[in-house]
Amino acid sequence: MTQSPNDAQNTVEREEMAFDVVIVGGGPAGLAAAIRLRQKNPTLGVCVLEKGSEIGAHIVSGAVIEPKALTELLPDWKERGAPLKTPVSEEKLLYLTKQGSIPVPALHLLMPQMDNRGNYVVSLGDLCRWLGQQAELFGVEIYPGFTGAQLHIEDGCVCGVITGDMGVDRDGNHKSEFMPGMILRARQVILAEGARGSLSQDVISHYKLRENADPQTYGLGIKEVWEIPKENHRPGFVQHSFGWPLDNHTYGGAFLYHFGENLVSYGFVTALDYRNPWLSPFEEMQRTKQHPAFRPHFEGGRRIIYGARALSEGGFQSLPKLTFPGGVLTGDCAGFLNMPKIKGTHTALKSGMIAADAVSEALRSTNPEAQTYQERLQNSWLWSELYEARNIRPSFSKWGMQLGALYSGIDSMIFRGKAPWTLHHPHADHQTLISAKEAPKIDYPKPDGTLTFDRTSSVYLSNLSHDDNQPVHLKLRDAALWNEVNEARFASPESRYCPAGVYEANTRDNGETYLQINAQNCVHCKSCDIKDPTQNIRWCPPEGGSGPNYPSGM
Amino acid sequence: MKVLVPVKRVVDYNIKPRVAADGSGVETQGVKMSMNPFDEIALEEALRLREKGHAQEVVAVSIGPQAAQDTLRTAMAMGADRAILIRTDAELEPLAVAKLLQAVVEREQPGLVSMGKQAIDDDMNATGQILAAKLGWPQGTFASEVIIDNGSAIVSREIDGGVEVVSLTLPAVITADLRLNEPRYASLPNIMKARKKPLETIEAGSLDVDIAPRLKVVSVSEPPAREAGVIVESVEELVNKLKTEAKVLP
Ligand SMILES: Cc1cc2nc3c(=O)[nH]c(=O)nc-3n(C[C@H](O)[C@H](O)[C@@H](O)COP(=O)(O)OP(=O)(O)OC[C@H]3O[C@@H](n4cnc5c(N)ncnc54)[C@H](O)[C@@H]3O)c2cc1C
Ligand SMILES: Cc1cc2nc3c(=O)[nH]c(=O)nc-3n(C[C@H](O)[C@H](O)[C@H](O)COP(=O)(O)OP(=O)(O)OC[C@H]3O[C@@H](n4cnc5c(N)ncnc54)[C@H](O)[C@@H]3O)c2cc1C
Ligand code: SF4
Repeated sequence: MTQSPNDAQNTVEREEMAFDVVIVGGGPAGLAAAIRLRQKNPTLGVCVLEKGSEIGAHIVSGAVIEPKALTELLPDWKERGAPLKTPVSEEKLLYLTKQGSIPVPALHLLMPQMDNRGNYVVSLGDLCRWLGQQAELFGVEIYPGFTGAQLHIEDGCVCGVITGDMGVDRDGNHKSEFMPGMILRARQVILAEGARGSLSQDVISHYKLRENADPQTYGLGIKEVWEIPKENHRPGFVQHSFGWPLDNHTYGGAFLYHFGENLVSYGFVTALDYRNPWLSPFEEMQRTKQHPAFRPHFEGGRRIIYGARALSEGGFQSLPKLTFPGGVLTGDCAGFLNMPKIKGTHTALKSGMIAADAVSEALRSTNPEAQTYQERLQNSWLWSELYEARNIRPSFSKWGMQLGALYSGIDSMIFRGKAPWTLHHPHADHQTLISAKEAPKIDYPKPDGTLTFDRTSSVYLSNLSHDDNQPVHLKLRDAALWNEVNEARFASPESRYCPAGVYEANTRDNGETYLQINAQNCVHCKSCDIKDPTQNIRWCPPEGGSGPNYPSGM
Repeated sequence: MKVLVPVKRVVDYNIKPRVAADGSGVETQGVKMSMNPFDEIALEEALRLREKGHAQEVVAVSIGPQAAQDTLRTAMAMGADRAILIRTDAELEPLAVAKLLQAVVEREQPGLVSMGKQAIDDDMNATGQILAAKLGWPQGTFASEVIIDNGSAIVSREIDGGVEVVSLTLPAVITADLRLNEPRYASLPNIMKARKKPLETIEAGSLDVDIAPRLKVVSVSEPPAREAGVIVESVEELVNKLKTEAKVLP
């Protein structure tokens, strides 16, 4: 199915290994599934593949998390030393104008979804590192630095995962250290790749899992971690904003959390169904720091980490069919994030746990499909939570930010999520751009080098590792189509939405224009795979261990 | 012949080191650690010597905290037969490391010590040389090629502007330079097998070696941020700036 960047890879001899369950992705969903499987049956052979060089290396999140799913998974998480150290102490939701800000009063009444009392500010990367250690204590085998590159399908049933080849050069030739990927056979495969997983995309199209669902919609989250002077640090302070600098058609906003040892997590989420091709999510993130409601928090501090990641925003209506012969979808690659709450960690953990229950039951039967997964989900709090939140996100696309906010208040307060209608997501994100000529240009301020920065100095703080001499993992299927559509109609939007500066519209000596792809800068956010107007760009996993190395605190 | 490969656990080479807020050193808390890249090369060379039949056993040794076990598991996943951890939480200088390695050499009696030319954290480029001196063995440093022939090692050394070829009588110490080889990846089955290979732990304190530090770090600071460039309009302006601002012209 998925061709790895090196299409020749199907011709090599592959070693095989067999497990009961292979899990692709070591984020909250995958690790929760792994732990739960071994809790239920300590004899199961469970293997987790993670494309990052270590667990946590590719995790980008806020994150304010609800501890409830974690408590169900590991009730003694405190004693086990889970890195949930900063309880939320103070909370603000601001509507921004260019210079001013209006706090939303009585937040817990007006927007009960935003009430963060009892939640914790964490580094999700660190939480995953800790969950990985717990999983190993339960006997799970974790293999960081190995990608799930292809599904292994026999007789219409997914029977395992093929790991990526290592040691292939740019032109597809084998280098001296070439190591072919292996076939990891599994009786069930759990996909836990997070938003826009590459194998998940394959499985959804191969088994037509989206036939009765809305398209998935996404947001792009771009984040910085700052270290600030101790005297300015307010552990547990949580602030969200909407409004300025985005226009009324664009959903998104900033978050800022104080946590840990003098750290501030700041980020900006832009919904990828935005219309204006001139928009740059990176620069929206940068300029929001200059707003009086944000600026003081960075005073005297230094930026230490940078990263970006897409999140699934579609919610309930966009959930595909969740099982297929030989496996299941969990977490963000299925779309379990609760958008009004901007939280997907507790739902990822919970979906992983429920998947594990269904999978361990399926292993005892002859049915290749874990059929009880859907029913178990429907009987859980996860399902009602997503159902009640279902109309909020689409109302913003339908009526814009201001009316959407009004509708959301009514939906939450009066109907409490039980309104007798369901709003839909009519478009996929790649269908929403208007032509560059019709759209207003946006004048972004130049970076000042202390509070605001350019992409190059930002990506430097993602600790990228990417052997240049490997096949390009961002494939432009049809170069001419880029000239015709991306360049001519949309003025090369990828050069603005890519948070890592991978894409540059360039001119050859003979005057021809082309898309230059600096693949070694890619931070694996997946936005190009989502937003490219003709779906001409395809993200494939590069060699295992490539990509960002987000340190502790991310 | 047995080959001993010292491997050091260092901050991963992809991580941009960050000086701790109090200027006492580089932040290592929660930072990804890996095997020193030159040690991977030294290990690869030892594995190739074994594959060519010159060596029968490859033993990896690391000196450091309990977590250095991970580095040794990686060494065994790449192909080392067994591993020894000399466990200590102390800050070590090359002299102390060399003394501890000397104790391991006396116990293990290898025919060759294959190690990195330098560790990328402290950049001392000293341990191999000190070890050779302490043992009274010949040394081939900055090796870019190693040929074992009849009880001696022919080592090509990368020196300024060329290559120097030396012949060493074994046992000897060789330190690996970048171009010696391309280290292999650890495959999944080998990572699994490495979990069952023997890893012995010896407390550094039990080796009767003085590892007290001799050096004091006065301060650690980040290099100054690069200043933004300017585009000059004319040659005159450039020359003028070189004289008055950069002060590189009289
Ligand atoms: C001639 C020369 C050229 C240079 N060129 C460059 C250059 O091109 N680019 C650049 O960036 N820098 C360069 N440098 C700087 C430089 O790279 C370093 O000096 C340096 O790396 C050394 O680190 P170290 O002192 O921590 O240990 P070293 O003494 O250098 O360590 C050597 C080896 O000892 C062993 N060892 C050390 N500690 C342990 C331990 N705890 N456990 C087990 N084994 C251990 C390992 O095998 C290690 O590889 C150069 C230096 C020199 C002298
Ligand atoms: C900027 C931002 C802010 C957020 N804020 C919050 C918040 O405050 N609270 C909250 O609860 N949630 C928040 N979320 C959402 C939350 O982070 C996600 O919902 C959650 O991480 C989803 O978990 P997951 O396990 O499904 O996927 P992920 O966390 O994305 O993990 C997937 C893992 O799989 C790996 N992987 C993917 N494909 C492959 C492959 N083919 N082979 C091998 N490995 C693979 C990835 O490297 C990754 O480690 C935020 C998200 C973002 C981007
Ligand atoms: S190339 Fe694509 S996946 Fe990589 S950072 Fe840019 S937008 Fe994200």
